[in-house]
Amino acid sequence: MSDINELMKAYGEAGGDRAVLENKEIAHLVASGHAVLSMNSVEGLEVDARETMTGISARVTVREGVKIKNPVHLCFGVLHKKGTQKIRMDVRLEKNASAHFIAHCIFPKAEKVRHIMDAEVEIGENAEMRYSETHYHGPYGGIEVIPKSVVKIGNNGRYFTDFTLTTGRVGRLGIDYTVEAGEHAVTELTARVFGHADDNIDIKEKVVLAGKDSRGIIKTRVAIEDDAVAEVTGITEGNAEGARGHVDCMEIVKDRAVAKAIPIVNVTHPLAKVTHEAAIGSVDKRQMETLMSHGLTPEEAVDVIVKGVLR
Amino acid sequence: MLDLKNLAFSAADKIILDDFSMTIQAPEVHALLGTNGTGKSTLAYVIMGCEGYRPSSGDILLNGRKINDLKIHERANLGITMAWQEPVRFEGISVRDYLTLKQKDEDPSLFLEMVGLSPELYLNRMVDKCLSGGERKRIELASILALHPKLAILDEPDSGIDMLSTQDIVNVISAFKNNGSSVLLITHREEIVLIADRASQICNGKIVCTGHPEKVAEYYKSRKCLICDGDVCTYV
Repeated sequence: MSDINELMKAYGEAGGDRAVLENKEIAHLVASGHAVLSMNSVEGLEVDARETMTGISARVTVREGVKIKNPVHLCFGVLHKKGTQKIRMDVRLEKNASAHFIAHCIFPKAEKVRHIMDAEVEIGENAEMRYSETHYHGPYGGIEVIPKSVVKIGNNGRYFTDFTLTTGRVGRLGIDYTVEAGEHAVTELTARVFGHADDNIDIKEKVVLAGKDSRGIIKTRVAIEDDAVAEVTGITEGNAEGARGHVDCMEIVKDRAVAKAIPIVNVTHPLAKVTHEAAIGSVDKRQMETLMSHGLTPEEAVDVIVKGVLR
Repeated sequence: MLDLKNLAFSAADKIILDDFSMTIQAPEVHALLGTNGTGKSTLAYVIMGCEGYRPSSGDILLNGRKINDLKIHERANLGITMAWQEPVRFEGISVRDYLTLKQKDEDPSLFLEMVGLSPELYLNRMVDKCLSGGERKRIELASILALHPKLAILDEPDSGIDMLSTQDIVNVISAFKNNGSSVLLITHREEIVLIADRASQICNGKIVCTGHPEKVAEYYKSRKCLICDGDVCTYV
């Protein structure tokens, strides 16, 4: 089976829709290891992807005023048991542009794989970007994933990101996101991760509300079981008049798993306001009893609650 | 159908149910009337089998079968269920999913309509903190209706900031009756009792009066409790 067929098979199994990659009206970029396997662009979207010694380097630009109708699909993966993939992404949305990126990162056989993503994102004035990222790391846990991104949102810009890793093992995950919001800019960072066995989850997300009346939410949902560990750090800085931020972290712990949440709130302007909430614990007893009074077994009840939190 | 025989339950050295006996027939709507702190909700948790609510003595019999040792879900699968006084919220679970947790083939719209909610507006909403207290209570009642229980325990559906009106409760009770379910309706408002087939008054963890709802409501209002002589079952 060719690399692209194998990746597409894994992509389909991980929830991706293979048909979108054959549609010429939908932009996409597919890369396995250090190789670009497939690429398609649409009007107003420029993609310059190059193979490097260690992975892929891509520059994506959405031109001023262009609103990309269909989501842009990105698929990155390593199909072998061992290997390293470094992705360098520079994304720029010019003034009044908008685009939705759907990324699938697939490592179905990973036994000793490293995936390093280093992204810089610039969102122009009144532009909007949505980035939905779903990972599948396979059943073995032999993977290290380190996504790092620095995002700068211009005045009136909007940036929404959603990271999901709830199927299969996590391995070691080290998310490090920083977002700076300009005047009237809005951002929402969401991460959902389910860890098992000896998975190690480290999520650090920072929102700097630098512009007047900027808004930011960091929402993290983590469930861990067996001997997994998780540390979630949500940092929000309110540095301008009217800035409003919120950090919301929930972690459900089962078995011998250990969770830690560190919400950091830093306000330097008297008219800014940032709030936080963090809840760590086993599954809520009242929720359990309610579902059991509907006839669900304790195991079914836990499953419903955890899936709901991670949805 | 459900026989509660000589139940005793204490918490933190306080006697909450004291030689408590009561029978709910099939099918009937039986109202349990009492002021705050008389043991009404505790009784509901004891019947449902909640953790920490096992009676120290006495029997809970469902159609003659002793169910004291059964867990909540085992009792639920025998046909006992409960709408909680303050239903919990669930993140990421839609109303549609919540109403079909157990009854996958049922049309959830029907049950929302029975509690006065529009399926178009509610089916895709989440059972989370975005719902008001009243909306959440109605959805809990709809979820209980969807289970077609033999016995539904409704713990103070008329209480709280977003309480359901008497007419709302009449409608819900009618839906349970049409379903063939018996209802244990827990309340502290005597006007609610009048919609039941029979009623009982609880005071200090004991039944002090059982009979026709009007009679029990009058008894409740008159503060003629034989156990506490009106010192505890004060009419509010």
